[in-house]
Amino acid sequence: MVNRYRRMRIKSQKDFFSGLLFIGVGIAFAFGATAYKIGVTDNMGPGYFPLMLGILMVILGIAITFKSLTLETAGGDKIGPWALRPTVYILGANFAFGVLLCGLPGIGLPASGMIVGVYALTILASLAGRVVDFRHVLILATVLAGISYIAFIILLQSQIPVWPAFITG
Amino acid sequence: MDLLSNLSLGFGVAITPLNILYAFIGCVIGTMIGVLPGIGPVATIAMLLPVTFALPPVSALIMLAGIYYGAQYGGSTTSILVNLPGEPSTVVTCIDGYQMARQGRAGPALTAAALGSFFAGSVGVLVLAAFALPLTELAFKFGPAEYFSLMVLGLIAAVVLASGSLLKAIAMVVMGLLLGAVGTDVNSGVARFSFNIPELSDGIGFVVIAMGIFGYGEIIGNLEKAEDKREVFTADVHGLFPTGKDFRAMAPAVLRGTVIGSLLGILPGGGALLGAFAAYAIEKKVTTRPDETAFGKGNIRGVASPESANNAGAQTSFIPLLTLGIPPNAVMALMVGAMTIHNIQPGPQVMANNPELFWGLIASMWIGNLMLVVLNLPLIGLWIKLLTAPYRFLFPAIVLFCAIGVYSTNNNVFDIWMVGVFGFVGYVFVKLGCEPAPLLLGFILGPMMEETLRRALLIAGGDWWSAFAMRPLSALLLSSAVLLLAIMLLPAIREKREEAFVEDQ
Repeated sequence: MVNRYRRMRIKSQKDFFSGLLFIGVGIAFAFGATAYKIGVTDNMGPGYFPLMLGILMVILGIAITFKSLTLETAGGDKIGPWALRPTVYILGANFAFGVLLCGLPGIGLPASGMIVGVYALTILASLAGRVVDFRHVLILATVLAGISYIAFIILLQSQIPVWPAFITG
Repeated sequence: MDLLSNLSLGFGVAITPLNILYAFIGCVIGTMIGVLPGIGPVATIAMLLPVTFALPPVSALIMLAGIYYGAQYGGSTTSILVNLPGEPSTVVTCIDGYQMARQGRAGPALTAAALGSFFAGSVGVLVLAAFALPLTELAFKFGPAEYFSLMVLGLIAAVVLASGSLLKAIAMVVMGLLLGAVGTDVNSGVARFSFNIPELSDGIGFVVIAMGIFGYGEIIGNLEKAEDKREVFTADVHGLFPTGKDFRAMAPAVLRGTVIGSLLGILPGGGALLGAFAAYAIEKKVTTRPDETAFGKGNIRGVASPESANNAGAQTSFIPLLTLGIPPNAVMALMVGAMTIHNIQPGPQVMANNPELFWGLIASMWIGNLMLVVLNLPLIGLWIKLLTAPYRFLFPAIVLFCAIGVYSTNNNVFDIWMVGVFGFVGYVFVKLGCEPAPLLLGFILGPMMEETLRRALLIAGGDWWSAFAMRPLSALLLSSAVLLLAIMLLPAIREKREEAFVEDQ
């Protein structure tokens, strides 16, 4: 990374990539907005406001990128390594819960319900941490399953599938 | 007197068993998350919003408000006992509070924080009640142009006062505004940026954004850092009461903190955080008596003043929300969302159309503050125990309640996918040093800004100048925004400002 960009002399890595992110998102929204009617100032179409904001965002993004190449910061303001393990496990736990809760009709996966989902989520999420003691994780999952059942099913009476589809039919 | 009859109406609503119960639940949860580092009021309120759908609107808002100011009390406990601020607004409390704890004076420090907070909270509630009426009357004079200009000023002030990098914060606001544009346009009925996904034509839910960015994003960010070694001064908490000398030092500090906190809480971008920092900075400038402990070495004034200020600010930051409908910080942005869910349009009409909600909420805040003193002083041992609960039990629970909660809002699994996506986005923001609070403000205000802009320009026949600059109130608001930005871009002030934010971290 550092070698490749040496000639550009990035003074703040965080700001440089934030700037690029803002430029990208701004272009995407501005471009997307042109698909809708823009209209005129006294009769704004649905594309007017997002187009304006998209352009504003590109300008801000350019300013931030420019600043990151010119203003010296302490230590280069490095982004640092990405925490891959927590990212994968936390988001994975979330997605696994969704899949288990409702199933994936697209590939014919039946719903397993909330209780199975709670155990899967707790185990997966716990793997994101540094210390994993499976006995504790299972106790935690059981406690959380109980709390969720009482709070969401009994007290709030939410329409959440609780048990696997093959049990409830 | 009008104020008295209004307040008695409010107390009539707040002192029903049900609402006392919800205020209590809010305060307990608030104290809990205040004590627990790694989870803040924004993520908690987002997490609990789905739960409040089933409640009557007054009870829901009473509980959510309790979480916010409860967190200010709880946050001080960790600052004093472990030198770890439970909330950003209690960062400065660490400086002198922790020193007092090390000298075996944790009791007086905790008492100073709790009593100062209670006094400040009570004053904050009174300020809120007194300001509400005149500001509401002013708000009724606002047309779309004034509202638009007010929102511009509010957003600018919010980023100027509350964030590190000014340009990035403004870009985050714009990103929030753009995300707010996703979904069906109210005027034309066109589904914007929905990629033909039916769920997206309703727009992105603010619960999804708040949970994803403030919940998941922050968790991943926290897990990246090593778990902190905590040294808890549990054994040393005996003798809660400050000495007479402490009281004499404390009382004026509490007064100063209350005034500063109340004033700064009203400002856009204010709230609890800003007041606490300003109060500590000013307290340090007030002459220290020769027999007093130096600041940074365990001066009780260094605890009493910022703690009073953060609590006063937490109360008075409700003023712009309840009177103008403009949220001054991320927590208030969520309150806007909570009100909208219950079909209450935040703004001046709340007081006229829902007086029992308006005054009931205000009265409940005072009751809540009273509860918090009771919760925090005698029960301090309980909270100390909670401090030793490791984060590894906490974060799976947060992920779970976000996932179930977001599903239960619409009973649609699509929301679970979205919360995961925004969790990733949130972590990217953490890594890039982009503060997410301005994004949430922009997101909440986006649709309102577009609508007022459209109407203001329509009325003025499409002429920007006559729409905004020819109307005195709107021109005043906009030029204040420009002035604020210009001041911040002056090199000398910018340096000072950046210094101040570096110091905070």
